[in-house]
Amino acid sequence: MTYLTDVSALARKDLKIELRARDTLPAMLLFVLSTLVVFHFALPAESASDAAYGLLWVAIVFTALLGLSRAWVPEHEHGVLDGLILAPCDRSAIWLGKTLATLAFLLAAQVVALPAFALFFASLDVTAVAGVVLADVGICVVGSLLAAMAAASRARELLLPLLVLPLSIPLIVGGVGAAISPDGERYLLFLALYDAVFAVLSWASFEYVVTE
Amino acid sequence: MIRARALEKRYGRKRVFAGIDLDLPADGFLVVTGANGSGKTTLLRVLTGLASATRGELRVEADRGRIGHLAHEPLVYRELSALENLDLFGRLYRVPERRERIGMLLERFGLWEARNERVAAYSRGMLQRLALCRTLLHDPDLLVLDEPFSALDEEGAALLDRELAELAGNRAFVVSTHDPARLAPLSTARLALT
Repeated sequence: MTYLTDVSALARKDLKIELRARDTLPAMLLFVLSTLVVFHFALPAESASDAAYGLLWVAIVFTALLGLSRAWVPEHEHGVLDGLILAPCDRSAIWLGKTLATLAFLLAAQVVALPAFALFFASLDVTAVAGVVLADVGICVVGSLLAAMAAASRARELLLPLLVLPLSIPLIVGGVGAAISPDGERYLLFLALYDAVFAVLSWASFEYVVTE
Repeated sequence: MIRARALEKRYGRKRVFAGIDLDLPADGFLVVTGANGSGKTTLLRVLTGLASATRGELRVEADRGRIGHLAHEPLVYRELSALENLDLFGRLYRVPERRERIGMLLERFGLWEARNERVAAYSRGMLQRLALCRTLLHDPDLLVLDEPFSALDEEGAALLDRELAELAGNRAFVVSTHDPARLAPLSTARLALT
């Protein structure tokens, strides 16, 4: 119970900071919308809708990267991460709180991105939307851990995409598969499995990532 | 409280410090001195557990939740107020009667009037006072203070003098400073890094 209280306090703190600073969410919204608009004009009118689903995933992954690159900035300003690491709470609570806050921002971006995609390209069924949500969870689970690693480096802007993109490939495969395959449920299962495996790995390894 | 033998820290080939032996009792007050770049901050980070030693033996008897660490940075969120910052850390550090304790510290360090202002609007001196509140919030058994007088005005420094004098003797202190004379009345041991 104390663990969940810690996670909730840490996630609420991130939401409060974002509500005040407005550093991340407006940038994510603007980016995903402008990317979809660019693709709308770049993609020939006679293109298959399958190609459009692929572009949706390009927009989603890069929007997530934008959010992840900002995720640990408040902790690195004024060295707050040290204060959190020294607290007697379970250190994985810091990761989980950050993951939930980043997921909230990404889901908020999707609330705008998915209707815009339906407007410009093709409609999305329930399986496709479920695929997006499950992939969002996966990106945030892995991305929050990797962003914490990258944030400690001077080349964090360069390092983060290099770390996140290879691990996002299974999520893109699952997400596109859920949208276009007649057997979309199998891809949802695959995404759920990915989320579960990487959630456990990230939860267990966060402590080693944040200590020197 | 702290026992160290032949403690050494390296970053790659660069040796930060080496051959440090320490015995600090639970009521000891260790003053660490040394020029800029001599490894004072790194030594303090090793003692708090934020960094690990490359070689040597280190035993710190306080759990990490019983350590109060004042760093060069204030370790508080810029977009939150002093009250919100201390409330968050109070929760995470399991401070009993959190609100009363926070109120008392803010009052004592002269930040009560500014408690609802965002920390981003604080001066450097106010940030240092807030950092001291955060450090003392959970009434730690081991206080590791990295140049605690930096950025404090005369009034703030006098306040800190009084706090240290009140707390010394019933908990362990490791304090790095460029002004060891100021801490001489409290100090029970001294370590000079070269």
